[in-house]
Amino acid sequence: MRRAALVLLWAGVFAIAMVWIACTHTSSAAQIGQVPSADEIDAWNIDVSPNGDGLPAGSGTASAGEGIFAAKCAACHGTAGNTDLAGGIGSLRGPNPVRSVGNYWPYATTLFDYIRRAMPADKPQTLSAGEIYSLSAYVLWMNGIVSRDQVLDRSSLPRVAMPNRKGFLEHDPRPDVP
Amino acid sequence: MACMRRTSFLQRAFAMLAGTNVIPGWMREPGGTVPAYGSPSSFESAVARSPADARNIALSPLAAQRGIITASGLCFVRCHAGIPAIDPSQHRLLIHGLVKSPLVLTMGDLARLPAVARIHFLECSGNTGSEWRGPAAETVQQSHGLASCCEWTGVRLRDLLELVGVSPSARWFLAEGADAAAFDRSIPIAKAYDDALLAYGQNGEMLRPEQGYPLRLIVPGYEGSANVKWLRRIKLLAQPVYSREETARYTDLMPNGSARAFTLIMEAKSVIVSPSGGQHVSSGRNQVVGFAWSGRGKIAHVDVSLDGGSSWRRAALDTPVLPKAFSRFTVAFDWNGQDMALLSRATDETGYVQPTLAQLVRVRGVNSGYHNNAIHGWRVSTTGAVSRL
Repeated sequence: MRRAALVLLWAGVFAIAMVWIACTHTSSAAQIGQVPSADEIDAWNIDVSPNGDGLPAGSGTASAGEGIFAAKCAACHGTAGNTDLAGGIGSLRGPNPVRSVGNYWPYATTLFDYIRRAMPADKPQTLSAGEIYSLSAYVLWMNGIVSRDQVLDRSSLPRVAMPNRKGFLEHDPRPDVP
Repeated sequence: MACMRRTSFLQRAFAMLAGTNVIPGWMREPGGTVPAYGSPSSFESAVARSPADARNIALSPLAAQRGIITASGLCFVRCHAGIPAIDPSQHRLLIHGLVKSPLVLTMGDLARLPAVARIHFLECSGNTGSEWRGPAAETVQQSHGLASCCEWTGVRLRDLLELVGVSPSARWFLAEGADAAAFDRSIPIAKAYDDALLAYGQNGEMLRPEQGYPLRLIVPGYEGSANVKWLRRIKLLAQPVYSREETARYTDLMPNGSARAFTLIMEAKSVIVSPSGGQHVSSGRNQVVGFAWSGRGKIAHVDVSLDGGSSWRRAALDTPVLPKAFSRFTVAFDWNGQDMALLSRATDETGYVQPTLAQLVRVRGVNSGYHNNAIHGWRVSTTGAVSRL
């Protein structure tokens, strides 16, 4: 009898302790940091996934992108026919592989993600959504992947078929040596 | 006057030869005052990162490193849009995406969370990338200087994930920097629950600006670029973003034209830093000194060859031997003017053995670019000059 009472007593103490720990844990957690508003998150949320998540409203075409590219990109990247962003088709198995957009990149959405966050290098995060769609379209046009007037937007950009779409292995096969 | 100077010179020369009988000048008057923030001795001015004042890359002078910790000011640097000057009072970290309650944290908020300090190496996956077709660099700074090891202090990422409540559908997290590249990398969520840190401390003080001040991600054992600096955003995701830095860059092209993405672990590697390229060996007793590290855990042992690989001897490892950190190894040898070919080969606690370049090339070809962890060596000529083997 006494033994059963002791077990009950300790079970009670344990239960109270667990509730106390749970309560203090929850309250201390709630005190750290601020809950951001949806607008605040939107302003920071600039990444774009291969399925199109993160792409904003707006649209663009290669013909609209040509002038923007000449003004803001060509100084570093050259112009159509002489650019580091295109060419090298079929070179990936050869001695001098070219990792250009058309020859190497698996997803067209990467263009939007990268141009929006990092380009132009001297003035990043200054381009409008329309400009970024147009520049993405222009780079894809230089690679022979879209036509000059094909409209790219949040629904069409993720559906652009990239030639090397199947070229990437997501699972790390190492250790592969020796 | 000329005679006086000559006498004085001879006196000093005799005094130097006499050695211990001489009281040097710095013992004859009181020394200098204590600087508010100390710097290396002026006699160490040759110990520096190279190239000097480059925008996005600087190699660490490994041959001058005197223990497993790389001095903060000598830590290698690789960045992609220069080094931002961030006011920590303005800096914010946003955690959002597939979470129950997104959070914005200040540096002050992070300082209120439990912190841990861990010693881990960082290595750019492009380290030794110029040597896929054979020897290219003359010094160990040039060939292996994109590696360093520091103590990092900060908050466990898993503690923060508990605060925000991760959705079961989250499989990856995106880490994004507050630099002018807004550098972004996708990392498997298992790493967040394993040993990822949000670090604000480096070697006992706040991070250096070029190391991500005031906050960076540390993913121990993963390639350098995944340890995103100037960290401002973590987003929980179901799939990786396939950012430019995990497609166009930091992917490994295989001979069949396919490419490996997310090859994040830095495999076991070692390098001899003394004697190394550009140095001279003196007659008599010498020490081989080097560093070994593995992104999969501790170094189990390092073998050193003095004869180009015909025979190997087990190196002594300095303690402590820590997981995913530099381990320092030494082997004593006598040099009597003979030609020598020095090699080192690391084995980690998983049993993985550092491969030869030929073994790597047989599987990966010469265009994979990243993750060259091949056995490396130096030649000591009959004059004592050390050059690339």
